[in-house]
Amino acid sequence: MSTQIPEQETETETETDAEQESSQTRRVSAERTRAGMDQRAEDELSDADETVELKVFRYDPEVEGKKEPRFDSFEVPFTKGMTVLDALIFARDHFDSSLTFRHSCRQAICGSDALFVNGSQRLGCKTQMADLEWPVRVEPLPHAEVVKDLVVDMEHFYDQMESVEPYFQTEELPSGELDEQRQDRANREEIKMSTRCIWCGACMSSCNVAAGDNEYLGPAAINKAYRFAMDDREGEDMTEHRLNIIEQEHGVWRCQTQFSCTEVCPKDIPLTEHIQELKREAVKSNLKFW
Amino acid sequence: MSQSYDRGLIEDFGRWREFSAGMWAWVLHKFTGWVLVGYLFTHIAVLSTATVDGGTYTATLQGLEQVLVVRFLEVGLLAVAVFHILNGIRLLFVDLGVGLGSQDVAFYAALVLTAAITVASIPTFLGGF
Ligand code: SF4
Ligand code: FES
Repeated sequence: MSTQIPEQETETETETDAEQESSQTRRVSAERTRAGMDQRAEDELSDADETVELKVFRYDPEVEGKKEPRFDSFEVPFTKGMTVLDALIFARDHFDSSLTFRHSCRQAICGSDALFVNGSQRLGCKTQMADLEWPVRVEPLPHAEVVKDLVVDMEHFYDQMESVEPYFQTEELPSGELDEQRQDRANREEIKMSTRCIWCGACMSSCNVAAGDNEYLGPAAINKAYRFAMDDREGEDMTEHRLNIIEQEHGVWRCQTQFSCTEVCPKDIPLTEHIQELKREAVKSNLKFW
Repeated sequence: MSQSYDRGLIEDFGRWREFSAGMWAWVLHKFTGWVLVGYLFTHIAVLSTATVDGGTYTATLQGLEQVLVVRFLEVGLLAVAVFHILNGIRLLFVDLGVGLGSQDVAFYAALVLTAAITVASIPTFLGGF
């Protein structure tokens, strides 16, 4: 990997890739020459019953031949249960080791591989090739700056997430020193879905409003705010503080209920529902002062 | 967000074929809303002829009804108004947080109802021309 962007997640990614490549080397123990790579690809392709075409977006401002965005086609042997991420990994390991994309857990929990697959935001590792129309088109997330190939700059998304103070804060501690701070079951149920966010940014990328208004908190951040505002243990003052954050000009009121985020969220979080509920909470808390 | 290269409309409205129900509902609601605002102006213009005297008002209306295009526009106006009302009711429920899981079904229902009402109105609007 030739990524030289001094960003945390890119660096981690580089490590992951390096690790992966070394294990790959151990596994195949073939010489990692271009010819060896091609040979391996050819063998596996001819062994396969079925192959699928992958159209992948390529762009790299730092490489001469890649300054103009384009699509590269890769033919990949299809196997049962193959995900988009698996196909991308095959393409990278067999055809073009410079093909760049983030991934880590491969089980929809790290949130690093949200991609634009066949015109919709999905997690590469959670999307079955069999469920898609072929050829499969893979692009980086829309409405985010592309760093290289399928890697987009997530900084803005993370900033929005941070701005809602995405951590537990409370002034109401239990009296006894060793008491636990319990949450009742009903309240836990209420926030259950909202806790599942994996910070993948798919929702933000799908949102038309967020695309037009850079300051809009976005569905994920509002959902994060919901997760804590609805948590009874935080106490009233804190809840009010949270409502003040989400109520600001570029907060909940920007949402125009297009349901795009809810549609794409890989963790099935009812985002629009949460945003709507916060709108009502905001109105209720304001009416109190009349 | 700033782009290092131009992906153009592809990202938004160029992808209309991939829009889901909620997005279509939003687009149509905006569109019908603006049409209704536009209609409001012509509505006021026509109504204001009544400030001259009753005769002028009657003559204006009768004259307009003679024009075939106006009859068709009336059908269109009904369709637009009905959809805006029905989707408005859907949005009311969305705002109340009721049945958000069926918002797409509600949108399709609004479309079907609008179509039915519009078709049923055609004899009334175009009849006796
Ligand atoms: S809310 Fe869903 S789509 Fe948005 S960042 Fe979290 S997991 Fe991803
Ligand atoms: S690789 Fe972790 S979410 Fe897909």
